[in-house]
Amino acid sequence: MAEVKLLATWPSPFYYRVVWALKLKGIAYEFIEEDLTNKSPLLLLYNPVHKKIPVLIHGGKPICESMVILEYIEEVWPQNSLLPTDPYDKAIARFWIKFAEDKSPAIWMVFWTNGEEQEQAVKDSLEMLKTIEEHAFGGKKFFGGDQIDMVDLAFGQLAQWLQVIEDVTGLKLLEASKFPRLQTWIKNFKQVPTIKENLPDYDQMFDFFTVRREMLLASK
Amino acid sequence: MSEEVVLLDFWPSPFGMRMRIALAEKGIKYESKEEDLRNKSDLLLQMNPIHQKIPVLIHNGKPVCESLIQVQYIDEVWHHKSPLLPSDPYQRAIARFWADFADKKMSDLGRKIWATKGEEQANAKKEFIESLKLLEGELGDKPYFGGENLGYVDVVFVPFYSWFYAYEMCGDFSIDAECPKLMAWAKRCLEKESVSESLPDQEKVYGFVLQMKKAFGIE
Repeated sequence: MAEVKLLATWPSPFYYRVVWALKLKGIAYEFIEEDLTNKSPLLLLYNPVHKKIPVLIHGGKPICESMVILEYIEEVWPQNSLLPTDPYDKAIARFWIKFAEDKSPAIWMVFWTNGEEQEQAVKDSLEMLKTIEEHAFGGKKFFGGDQIDMVDLAFGQLAQWLQVIEDVTGLKLLEASKFPRLQTWIKNFKQVPTIKENLPDYDQMFDFFTVRREMLLASK
Repeated sequence: MSEEVVLLDFWPSPFGMRMRIALAEKGIKYESKEEDLRNKSDLLLQMNPIHQKIPVLIHNGKPVCESLIQVQYIDEVWHHKSPLLPSDPYQRAIARFWADFADKKMSDLGRKIWATKGEEQANAKKEFIESLKLLEGELGDKPYFGGENLGYVDVVFVPFYSWFYAYEMCGDFSIDAECPKLMAWAKRCLEKESVSESLPDQEKVYGFVLQMKKAFGIE
């Protein structure tokens, strides 16, 4: 099998999505740590358009954008399937993956801003959470049914990173009483062995993002 | 087997145009229903409750939303005719990457060009041309992004060509002067009936943009 390398940065949630997909399918890979404050020639070579991580490098060929990477992984290594085979069910899964991609940045805006901008970001985040709570589960344990699938991986940010954002900013977004299904999903998702073994350390993340937030507020 | 295909659409929407092209390429017969977006139909609200946007593809009564997802769905269900995505996984990943790039850049920057002024508009124009040049680079010497035939990236990207005249007029710049290769590609696509029948006249789109500017109070 051709070599698989993953160029990425801790603790990016986009990096972890790819890790989860590779681990769920039992694919061995080499992790190459990127310093985003001093981008390597390798990153600039393999992702000249966006210069972002993660980049999957398979047999020397780069694939960029985490959800494009996940669809590629699913096609090359079909074992432990992460998407439905039926085209209609696949279209529904992709709808929620796109929803996660389009709306999740709001939780990061809560982290990166303050004042009025942050208030709007909180509003947008709550709207996103409400839509997921009301429409996305359909009575299932995971978005993928009894087992996690690509939709669960796409929403993975909500399972750990959202809590860090809440704790660092002091703003509670995911109240258990208002979002019981999401709360339950987070518990179940973090109990899946592959996910449990591949989550960034919470305390390390808290320290990392606390420093970032302090630097941000100092510069404003 | 009888297939019932309905498309909820709106004539100037580049997202709707993608579906018109894809359905035509596949030779799929469908019923088109034009939506009035200021007075959305019960059908639209029922079929796309979360976003309430067009286009919506309704296949045998079941809705598929989001144009990039719809094009992939059509490609998978009617896979025996005019394949839009390549069969090789790596080539598919490249196509998905560039379709995503074209979709995000054209939507966001195009809107800024017609809806803003001053520095915001100037920055949008600069980034718009840079994005087009990157797409030109990806096209290279191929007749289409899909190679010898129209592919996924062509279907996703070419609808924005119908808005280029409106962007040029609102932004006071020439896209042709900056990206002649891309303009040649667009004209080549328009030689295909599936594209020429799906894209509205550029002057008509400009008229629509002027109406929108008036309605939103943008000079």
